Amino acid sequence: MHELAVTESILNIVLKHAQANKAEKILSISLKIGELSDLVGDCIQFYFDYLSKNTIAEGAAIEIERSPVIFQCRTCSDTFQVSLKDSKDIVCPECGGIEVTFVSGREFYIKHIEVV
Amino acid sequence: MADIRLIEIKEEILADNKDLADEIRNALRKNNVFMVNMMASPGGGKTSLIVHTIRELKSMFRIGVIEGDIDSVVDAEKVAGEGVGAIQLKTGGFCHLNAPMIRMALDEMDLKNLDLIMIENIGNLVCPAEFDTGAHKKVVILSVPEGDDKPLKYPLIFSICDALVINKIDYLGVAEFDVDVFKERVLKLNPEIRIIEVSCKTGEGVQAWIRWLTDEINAYRNRR
Ligand SMILES: Nc1nc2c(ncn2[C@@H]2O[C@H](COP(=O)(O)OP(=O)(O)OP(=O)(O)O)[C@@H](O)[C@H]2O)c(=O)[nH]1
Ligand SMILES: [Mg+2]
Ligand SMILES: [Zn+2]
Repeated sequence: MHELAVTESILNIVLKHAQANKAEKILSISLKIGELSDLVGDCIQFYFDYLSKNTIAEGAAIEIERSPVIFQCRTCSDTFQVSLKDSKDIVCPECGGIEVTFVSGREFYIKHIEVV
Repeated sequence: MADIRLIEIKEEILADNKDLADEIRNALRKNNVFMVNMMASPGGGKTSLIVHTIRELKSMFRIGVIEGDIDSVVDAEKVAGEGVGAIQLKTGGFCHLNAPMIRMALDEMDLKNLDLIMIENIGNLVCPAEFDTGAHKKVVILSVPEGDDKPLKYPLIFSICDALVINKIDYLGVAEFDVDVFKERVLKLNPEIRIIEVSCKTGEGVQAWIRWLTDEINAYRNRR
Protein backbone atom coordinates (compact mmCIF):
# COMPACT_ATOMS: atom_id res chain seq x y z
CA MET A 1 0.00 0.00 0.00
CA HIS A 2 1.75 3.16 1.16
CA GLU A 3 4.90 1.30 2.23
CA LEU A 4 6.96 2.71 -0.64
CA ALA A 5 6.31 6.31 0.36
CA VAL A 6 6.98 5.48 3.99
CA THR A 7 10.24 3.72 3.13
CA GLU A 8 11.47 6.71 1.13
CA SER A 9 10.94 8.90 4.17
CA ILE A 10 12.73 6.43 6.43
CA LEU A 11 15.74 6.33 4.12
CA ASN A 12 15.95 10.14 3.92
CA ILE A 13 15.78 10.54 7.67
CA VAL A 14 18.35 7.88 8.52
CA LEU A 15 20.80 9.15 5.90
CA LYS A 16 20.48 12.67 7.29
CA HIS A 17 21.24 11.49 10.82
CA ALA A 18 24.04 9.17 9.76
CA GLN A 19 25.75 11.96 7.85
CA ALA A 20 25.36 14.42 10.71
CA ASN A 21 27.05 11.84 12.94
CA LYS A 22 29.77 11.10 10.39
CA ALA A 23 28.83 7.45 10.19
CA GLU A 24 30.33 5.21 7.56
CA LYS A 25 27.62 2.64 7.48
CA ILE A 26 24.12 2.09 8.85
CA LEU A 27 23.68 -1.39 10.28
CA SER A 28 20.15 -1.35 11.60
CA ILE A 29 17.11 0.88 11.91
CA SER A 30 14.56 0.57 14.70
CA LEU A 31 11.04 1.76 14.08
CA LYS A 32 8.16 2.13 16.49
CA ILE A 33 4.81 1.59 14.80
CA GLY A 34 1.48 1.49 16.59
CA GLU A 35 -0.88 -1.36 15.85
CA LEU A 36 -3.41 1.13 14.49
CA SER A 37 -1.15 1.60 11.48
CA ASP A 38 -1.42 -0.95 8.75
CA LEU A 39 2.17 -1.37 7.73
CA VAL A 40 3.67 -4.55 6.34
CA GLY A 41 7.16 -5.00 7.73
CA ASP A 42 8.37 -7.31 4.98
CA CYS A 43 7.34 -4.74 2.37
CA ILE A 44 9.33 -2.04 4.13
CA GLN A 45 12.46 -4.16 4.17
CA PHE A 46 11.95 -5.12 0.54
CA TYR A 47 11.56 -1.51 -0.62
CA PHE A 48 14.37 -0.42 1.64
CA ASP A 49 16.81 -2.92 0.14
CA TYR A 50 15.90 -1.57 -3.26
CA LEU A 51 15.98 2.15 -2.44
CA SER A 52 19.13 2.04 -0.32
CA LYS A 53 21.38 0.50 -2.98
CA ASN A 54 24.67 2.41 -3.27
CA THR A 55 24.04 4.38 -0.09
CA ILE A 56 25.63 3.88 3.32
CA ALA A 57 22.33 2.34 4.41
CA GLU A 58 22.58 -0.53 1.96
CA GLY A 59 22.07 -3.84 3.75
CA ALA A 60 20.68 -2.31 6.94
CA ALA A 61 18.18 -4.43 8.82
CA ILE A 62 14.87 -2.84 9.71
CA GLU A 63 13.45 -3.80 13.07
CA ILE A 64 9.88 -2.87 13.78
CA GLU A 65 8.59 -2.69 17.30
CA ARG A 66 4.79 -2.72 17.21
CA SER A 67 3.17 -0.93 20.09
CA PRO A 68 -0.22 -2.24 21.09
CA VAL A 69 -3.54 -0.45 20.95
CA ILE A 70 -4.33 0.65 24.49
CA PHE A 71 -7.66 1.71 25.89
CA GLN A 72 -8.63 2.94 29.32
CA CYS A 73 -11.85 2.06 31.08
CA ARG A 74 -13.80 5.10 32.26
CA THR A 75 -15.50 3.09 34.95
CA CYS A 76 -12.56 1.48 36.76
CA SER A 77 -9.61 3.33 35.13
CA ASP A 78 -7.95 0.06 34.15
CA THR A 79 -5.81 0.35 31.01
CA PHE A 80 -5.80 -2.64 28.69
CA GLN A 81 -4.57 -3.81 25.30
CA VAL A 82 -6.96 -4.57 22.49
CA SER A 83 -6.38 -6.57 19.35
CA LEU A 84 -8.97 -4.78 17.23
CA LYS A 85 -8.85 -7.25 14.40
CA ASP A 86 -9.70 -10.17 16.67
CA SER A 87 -12.36 -8.46 18.73
CA LYS A 88 -15.97 -7.70 18.05
CA ASP A 89 -16.09 -5.03 20.67
CA ILE A 90 -13.96 -3.13 23.07
CA VAL A 91 -14.84 -4.09 26.61
CA CYS A 92 -12.87 -3.62 29.83
CA PRO A 93 -11.45 -7.01 30.90
CA GLU A 94 -11.40 -5.89 34.53
CA CYS A 95 -15.01 -4.78 35.08
CA GLY A 96 -16.77 -5.39 31.78
CA GLY A 97 -17.28 -1.65 31.28
CA ILE A 98 -17.99 -0.41 27.75
CA GLU A 99 -17.25 3.25 28.40
CA VAL A 100 -13.65 3.32 27.20
CA THR A 101 -11.21 5.89 25.88
CA PHE A 102 -8.55 5.38 23.27
CA VAL A 103 -5.11 5.95 24.81
CA SER A 104 -2.42 4.99 22.31
CA GLY A 105 -1.48 2.91 19.30
CA ARG A 106 -0.73 5.48 16.59
CA GLU A 107 3.08 5.66 17.01
CA PHE A 108 4.91 6.12 13.73
CA TYR A 109 8.51 7.10 14.28
CA ILE A 110 12.15 6.07 13.98
CA LYS A 111 13.60 5.21 17.38
CA HIS A 112 17.28 4.83 16.67
CA ILE A 113 19.86 3.51 14.23
CA GLU A 114 23.03 1.54 14.74
CA VAL A 115 26.01 2.76 12.77
CA VAL A 116 29.72 2.35 12.48
CA MET B 1 36.75 -2.39 13.00
CA ALA B 2 35.09 0.67 14.46
CA ASP B 3 32.69 0.41 17.37
CA ILE B 4 29.00 0.17 16.74
CA ARG B 5 27.28 3.36 17.83
CA LEU B 6 23.64 3.87 18.64
CA ILE B 7 22.13 7.13 17.40
CA GLU B 8 18.85 8.21 18.97
CA ILE B 9 16.52 9.61 16.36
CA LYS B 10 12.95 9.79 17.72
CA GLU B 11 11.71 11.46 14.54
CA GLU B 12 8.30 11.00 12.98
CA ILE B 13 8.67 9.05 9.78
CA LEU B 14 6.39 11.37 7.87
CA ALA B 15 7.78 14.57 9.39
CA ASP B 16 8.62 16.11 6.00
CA ASN B 17 5.09 15.56 4.77
CA LYS B 18 3.74 17.07 7.96
CA ASP B 19 5.99 20.14 7.62
CA LEU B 20 4.82 20.72 4.07
CA ALA B 21 1.21 20.25 5.19
CA ASP B 22 1.75 22.98 7.80
CA GLU B 23 3.19 25.24 5.11
CA ILE B 24 0.12 24.60 2.98
CA ARG B 25 -2.14 25.56 5.90
CA ASN B 26 -0.17 28.80 6.26
CA ALA B 27 -0.56 29.58 2.56
CA LEU B 28 -4.29 28.88 2.75
CA ARG B 29 -4.61 31.06 5.84
CA LYS B 30 -3.09 34.01 3.99
CA ASN B 31 -5.95 33.77 1.53
CA ASN B 32 -8.52 32.67 4.09
CA VAL B 33 -9.23 29.50 2.16
CA PHE B 34 -10.67 26.53 4.08
CA MET B 35 -9.69 23.06 2.86
CA VAL B 36 -11.38 19.77 3.71
CA ASN B 37 -10.01 16.30 2.93
CA MET B 38 -12.71 13.76 2.03
CA MET B 39 -11.79 10.10 2.38
CA ALA B 40 -13.75 6.89 1.75
CA SER B 41 -13.59 3.46 0.19
CA PRO B 42 -14.06 3.25 -3.58
CA GLY B 43 -17.71 4.00 -4.23
CA GLY B 44 -18.37 5.24 -0.70
CA GLY B 45 -19.90 8.45 -1.99
CA LYS B 46 -17.11 11.05 -2.11
CA THR B 47 -18.06 12.50 -5.48
CA SER B 48 -21.79 12.39 -4.68
CA LEU B 49 -21.30 14.31 -1.43
CA ILE B 50 -19.00 16.83 -3.11
CA VAL B 51 -21.62 17.44 -5.81
CA HIS B 52 -24.34 17.97 -3.15
CA THR B 53 -22.05 20.35 -1.31
CA ILE B 54 -21.33 22.39 -4.43
CA ARG B 55 -25.04 22.71 -5.18
CA GLU B 56 -25.82 23.85 -1.64
CA LEU B 57 -22.90 26.17 -1.09
CA LYS B 58 -21.79 27.63 -4.40
CA SER B 59 -23.91 30.75 -3.93
CA MET B 60 -22.23 31.35 -0.57
CA PHE B 61 -18.61 30.29 -1.14
CA ARG B 62 -16.23 30.20 -4.09
CA ILE B 63 -15.41 26.51 -4.34
CA GLY B 64 -12.57 24.51 -5.88
CA VAL B 65 -12.08 20.75 -5.95
CA ILE B 66 -8.94 18.63 -6.08
CA GLU B 67 -9.67 15.22 -7.58
CA GLY B 68 -7.27 12.47 -6.60
CA ASP B 69 -8.98 9.56 -8.18
CA ILE B 70 -6.74 7.05 -9.90
CA ASP B 71 -6.26 7.97 -13.55
CA SER B 72 -9.78 8.83 -14.43
CA VAL B 73 -11.30 12.16 -15.23
CA VAL B 74 -14.88 11.03 -14.67
CA ASP B 75 -15.18 12.60 -11.23
CA ALA B 76 -13.44 15.82 -12.28
CA GLU B 77 -15.90 16.14 -15.16
CA LYS B 78 -18.86 15.59 -12.82
CA VAL B 79 -17.58 18.32 -10.55
CA ALA B 80 -16.79 20.68 -13.41
CA GLY B 81 -20.32 20.04 -14.66
CA GLU B 82 -21.50 21.74 -11.46
CA GLY B 83 -19.73 24.88 -12.53
CA VAL B 84 -16.71 24.90 -10.22
CA GLY B 85 -13.02 24.50 -11.03
CA ALA B 86 -11.58 21.02 -10.55
CA ILE B 87 -7.94 20.01 -10.67
CA GLN B 88 -7.36 16.40 -11.63
CA LEU B 89 -4.21 14.97 -10.09
CA LYS B 90 -2.52 12.27 -12.09
CA THR B 91 -1.98 9.72 -9.37
CA GLY B 92 -1.66 6.54 -11.44
CA GLY B 93 -0.91 3.71 -9.06
CA PHE B 94 -0.80 5.82 -5.92
CA CYS B 95 -2.94 4.76 -2.99
CA HIS B 96 -3.14 8.10 -1.18
CA LEU B 97 -2.64 11.84 -1.66
CA ASN B 98 0.18 13.50 0.24
CA ALA B 99 1.17 17.09 0.91
CA PRO B 100 3.51 17.44 -2.12
CA MET B 101 0.70 16.42 -4.46
CA ILE B 102 -1.71 18.88 -2.90
CA ARG B 103 0.97 21.58 -3.14
CA MET B 104 1.18 20.91 -6.88
CA ALA B 105 -2.58 21.13 -7.27
CA LEU B 106 -2.75 24.37 -5.27
CA ASP B 107 -0.08 25.91 -7.49
CA GLU B 108 -2.58 25.64 -10.31
CA MET B 109 -5.44 27.16 -8.35
CA ASP B 110 -6.20 30.82 -7.80
CA LEU B 111 -6.32 30.92 -4.02
CA LYS B 112 -7.24 34.59 -3.96
CA ASN B 113 -10.52 33.73 -5.59
CA LEU B 114 -11.49 30.74 -3.48
CA ASP B 115 -13.14 30.22 -0.09
CA LEU B 116 -13.45 26.44 0.07
CA ILE B 117 -11.38 23.61 -1.39
CA MET B 118 -12.61 20.04 -1.20
CA ILE B 119 -10.13 17.22 -1.76
CA GLU B 120 -11.49 13.93 -3.08
CA ASN B 121 -8.85 11.56 -1.80
CA ILE B 122 -8.12 8.20 -3.39
CA GLY B 123 -10.68 5.52 -2.56
CA ASN B 124 -9.05 3.65 0.30
CA LEU B 125 -9.54 3.54 4.07
CA VAL B 126 -5.94 2.67 4.92
CA CYS B 127 -3.27 4.80 3.28
CA PRO B 128 -4.91 8.25 3.13
CA ALA B 129 -5.25 8.12 6.91
CA GLU B 130 -1.46 8.32 7.35
CA PHE B 131 -0.82 11.42 5.26
CA ASP B 132 -1.59 14.98 6.26
CA THR B 133 -2.63 16.85 3.10
CA GLY B 134 -2.64 20.33 4.60
CA ALA B 135 -6.42 20.31 4.93
CA HIS B 136 -7.99 21.96 7.97
CA LYS B 137 -10.53 19.21 8.54
CA LYS B 138 -10.60 15.54 7.68
CA VAL B 139 -13.80 13.69 6.84
CA VAL B 140 -14.37 9.97 6.39
CA ILE B 141 -17.43 8.73 4.55
CA LEU B 142 -18.52 5.17 5.29
CA SER B 143 -21.45 3.79 3.34
CA VAL B 144 -23.96 1.41 4.85
CA PRO B 145 -23.32 -1.52 2.45
CA GLU B 146 -19.69 -1.63 3.63
CA GLY B 147 -20.75 -2.91 7.04
CA ASP B 148 -20.65 -1.73 10.65
CA ASP B 149 -17.42 -3.61 11.45
CA LYS B 150 -15.17 -1.17 9.58
CA PRO B 151 -13.98 0.78 12.64
CA LEU B 152 -12.43 -2.45 13.93
CA LYS B 153 -10.76 -3.21 10.60
CA TYR B 154 -9.63 0.30 9.70
CA PRO B 155 -9.35 1.99 13.09
CA LEU B 156 -6.79 4.63 12.15
CA ILE B 157 -8.97 6.58 9.75
CA PHE B 158 -11.84 6.73 12.24
CA SER B 159 -9.48 7.82 15.00
CA ILE B 160 -8.01 10.79 13.09
CA CYS B 161 -11.05 12.32 11.35
CA ASP B 162 -13.07 15.32 12.52
CA ALA B 163 -16.31 14.14 10.99
CA LEU B 164 -17.80 10.85 9.89
CA VAL B 165 -20.53 10.81 7.27
CA ILE B 166 -22.56 7.61 7.26
CA ASN B 167 -23.73 7.56 3.65
CA LYS B 168 -26.37 5.50 1.82
CA ILE B 169 -28.72 5.36 4.80
CA ASP B 170 -31.41 4.53 2.24
CA TYR B 171 -29.89 1.03 2.43
CA LEU B 172 -30.57 0.69 6.16
CA GLY B 173 -32.97 -2.19 6.62
CA VAL B 174 -31.66 -3.85 3.46
CA ALA B 175 -28.07 -4.13 4.61
CA GLU B 176 -27.11 -5.60 7.96
CA PHE B 177 -25.85 -2.46 9.57
CA ASP B 178 -26.47 -1.50 13.17
CA VAL B 179 -26.07 2.27 13.35
CA ASP B 180 -25.85 2.33 17.15
CA VAL B 181 -23.20 -0.37 17.33
CA PHE B 182 -21.28 1.32 14.55
CA LYS B 183 -21.36 4.72 16.24
CA GLU B 184 -20.32 3.22 19.57
CA ARG B 185 -17.30 1.57 17.95
CA VAL B 186 -16.26 4.83 16.33
CA LEU B 187 -16.79 6.95 19.42
CA LYS B 188 -14.57 4.65 21.46
CA LEU B 189 -11.75 5.36 19.05
CA ASN B 190 -12.56 9.03 18.74
CA PRO B 191 -14.99 10.63 21.18
CA GLU B 192 -14.64 14.05 19.49
CA ILE B 193 -15.77 12.94 16.03
CA ARG B 194 -18.97 14.44 14.65
CA ILE B 195 -21.23 11.77 13.10
CA ILE B 196 -23.72 12.72 10.40
CA GLU B 197 -26.10 10.31 8.66
CA VAL B 198 -26.96 11.05 5.05
CA SER B 199 -28.24 9.62 1.83
CA CYS B 200 -26.77 11.25 -1.21
CA LYS B 201 -29.52 9.54 -3.18
CA THR B 202 -32.59 10.83 -1.34
CA GLY B 203 -30.90 13.92 0.06
CA GLU B 204 -31.84 12.97 3.64
CA GLY B 205 -29.37 14.35 6.16
CA VAL B 206 -27.45 16.37 3.60
CA GLN B 207 -28.52 19.58 5.34
CA ALA B 208 -26.90 18.42 8.58
CA TRP B 209 -23.67 17.85 6.70
CA ILE B 210 -23.91 21.29 5.09
CA ARG B 211 -24.50 22.85 8.49
CA TRP B 212 -21.44 21.14 9.99
CA LEU B 213 -19.24 22.22 7.08
CA THR B 214 -20.57 25.78 7.04
CA ASP B 215 -20.01 26.10 10.79
CA GLU B 216 -16.44 24.87 10.39
CA ILE B 217 -15.75 27.27 7.52
CA ASN B 218 -17.19 30.22 9.44
CA ALA B 219 -15.30 29.33 12.60
CA TYR B 220 -12.10 29.20 10.57
CA ARG B 221 -12.75 32.56 8.93
CA ASN B 222 -13.59 34.21 12.25
CA ARG B 223 -10.41 32.87 13.84
CA ARG B 224 -8.13 34.90 11.55
N1 LIG C 1 -28.37 4.17 -2.90
C1 LIG C 1 -27.42 5.10 -2.78
N2 LIG C 1 -26.45 5.18 -3.69
C2 LIG C 1 -25.50 6.14 -3.54
C3 LIG C 1 -25.51 7.03 -2.44
N3 LIG C 1 -24.43 7.85 -2.54
C4 LIG C 1 -23.79 7.46 -3.66
N4 LIG C 1 -24.43 6.45 -4.26
C5 LIG C 1 -24.03 5.74 -5.49
O1 LIG C 1 -22.85 5.03 -5.21
C6 LIG C 1 -21.97 5.04 -6.32
C7 LIG C 1 -20.62 5.60 -5.93
O2 LIG C 1 -20.78 6.94 -5.53
P1 LIG C 1 -19.62 8.02 -5.77
O3 LIG C 1 -20.11 9.31 -5.23
O4 LIG C 1 -19.15 7.97 -7.17
O5 LIG C 1 -18.52 7.40 -4.81
P2 LIG C 1 -16.95 7.76 -4.75
O6 LIG C 1 -16.54 7.55 -3.34
O7 LIG C 1 -16.70 9.08 -5.35
O8 LIG C 1 -16.35 6.61 -5.66
P3 LIG C 1 -14.90 6.51 -6.34
O9 LIG C 1 -14.49 7.91 -6.69
O10 LIG C 1 -15.12 5.65 -7.52
O11 LIG C 1 -14.01 5.89 -5.31
C8 LIG C 1 -22.67 5.86 -7.39
O12 LIG C 1 -23.34 4.99 -8.28
C9 LIG C 1 -23.66 6.69 -6.60
O13 LIG C 1 -24.77 7.04 -7.36
C10 LIG C 1 -26.57 6.91 -1.48
O14 LIG C 1 -26.66 7.64 -0.49
N5 LIG C 1 -27.48 5.92 -1.70
MG1 LIG D 1 -15.37 9.64 -6.86
ZN1 LIG E 1 -13.25 -1.30 33.85
